[in-house]
Amino acid sequence: MGRPVAIIGVGQTKHGRRMDVSYPDLVREAVVAVFNETGLTPNDIDGVVSGTMPSMMEGIALTHFYFADAMQAAGKPIMKTETCGSTGVSIAHTAYYWVASGMADLVLAVGHEKMNEGNSQATMTTVAEPFYQRYFISGAPGVFSMQSQMWMDRYNIPEEKIRDAAAFISVTHHDDAFDNPYAHIKMKVTMDEVKNARIITYPVRLLDVCPNSDGACAVIFASKDMVKKLGRKPAWVKGVGYRGEEYFFGDSDKVVWESAIQAAKQAYDQAGIKDPRKELDVAEVYNPFTFQEMLFYECFGFCEPGESPDMVLKGTFTRKGELPCDPSGGTLCTNPIGATGLIRVAEAALQVMGKAGDHQVPKAKLALSHAMGGVDQFNGIMILGSKL
Amino acid sequence: MEAKEYKTIKTEIRLPYELAYGATWTRFFEGLKNKTIFGTKCTKCGRILVPARSFCPRCFVDTDEWVEVSQVGTLIAWCYTNYKYFGMPTEPPFIGSLIRLNGTDVNFLHLMGGFDLNNFDEVKKIIKSGMKVEAVWSDDRKGHIMDIKYFRPL
Repeated sequence: MGRPVAIIGVGQTKHGRRMDVSYPDLVREAVVAVFNETGLTPNDIDGVVSGTMPSMMEGIALTHFYFADAMQAAGKPIMKTETCGSTGVSIAHTAYYWVASGMADLVLAVGHEKMNEGNSQATMTTVAEPFYQRYFISGAPGVFSMQSQMWMDRYNIPEEKIRDAAAFISVTHHDDAFDNPYAHIKMKVTMDEVKNARIITYPVRLLDVCPNSDGACAVIFASKDMVKKLGRKPAWVKGVGYRGEEYFFGDSDKVVWESAIQAAKQAYDQAGIKDPRKELDVAEVYNPFTFQEMLFYECFGFCEPGESPDMVLKGTFTRKGELPCDPSGGTLCTNPIGATGLIRVAEAALQVMGKAGDHQVPKAKLALSHAMGGVDQFNGIMILGSKL
Repeated sequence: MEAKEYKTIKTEIRLPYELAYGATWTRFFEGLKNKTIFGTKCTKCGRILVPARSFCPRCFVDTDEWVEVSQVGTLIAWCYTNYKYFGMPTEPPFIGSLIRLNGTDVNFLHLMGGFDLNNFDEVKKIIKSGMKVEAVWSDDRKGHIMDIKYFRPL
């Protein structure tokens, strides 16, 4: 795995509809927050990694140039990493590889998006080429709806049970978001409200879907020597995994979803994890859609295939359950896409550093973070631990 | 959070593109014009891929064995879309669908139709995953993916 690497600090903006700031000022808000948190200054940083969803989201290309000042990147090596929805985890991986390689001791990773400035679904639709798939995809919800149906059919899970479990996920995550000071949607919802909300793309209804958020997240990755020198309690990177699959949506199985399964396996192997539900203390699973969150539980080995709705309804994945998932409220309540995966990493780091505040999972020592990108095409994982 | 006292600027980007299909897509779309759906067979893994490909994405070998595939298949998954965004190329409501055409080895993405789509409760009575479906052709074919109007339940 190269040299040991740790996260030594994270900074987030208040996420939401942020028409009160320009995009570079929003990015700077997260960067200033991580410098305040760590006591480091831009002079300490060896290199900067940033990323967004497709630049069309805000209509300005190559945003790492636009944000060079906000990220204090002048005079330093700078990289951009862009893998659609999984961008945030890919940014974290890039920073990790950079430090693990021995070529840098302190790397600043920044993810950002201002979705309210553009048209998110129109932007995402451009991920599909304009002569075949684009006609049928209907933005992100369409893809995930088809995937949910295939999953339901494969394991003969009664539709009512899945509907109840998805509603349960929506209710608990919306409750969780009240304890996260940075979360976007803070709204009490009931099971009935979720189940009767307007259909977006059946079976997905309005309260099964994440919001369009503006926000940024900044994370500093450090070498072991630097962790020692700074004397801070870090979150060690225990394992990373990333996998892609074929471009066309119809070419690969999205139920036995190899990119998700193999990305998790790679990270588990590195971290020495054999039984994830028992060994992990908390997981920040990328969950823009309630239904898809349950499929991830199965792909990551938190339960058996087809079993997740029952486990969800038993409370296995709530904050008081056996494996709390998305105690931050997750992507369902906050989704500035280019930042979202990095927020998952940052939240996992906060948990194992014991700094998650009101949504801290008691004594969390090992945490999984995850993001997914493309037309169900890519999955990335980073596992963080309190001990090296 | 919303501060109405701060100004915004409205802006727009419009860029023209001309994308090359290459030989394989050109032949596939010519096929649609003539009411035929072409796939290509990978000689290494034996899979029949549709739409036709210039190479097998798994075996990375050229796929130059052309196969006219069935216009009948099985509905694998569907999605009733009831919202709209800028630049959406298909007018909602519509039903994006994954269809496994008989004899092929991947799922073909297209629409379900041929019945009233405006009332979802009625749609749900008609459409079921696993049902047999058949391509319905447009009268005005241009060598385009929408030369197939939709797939109808059989």
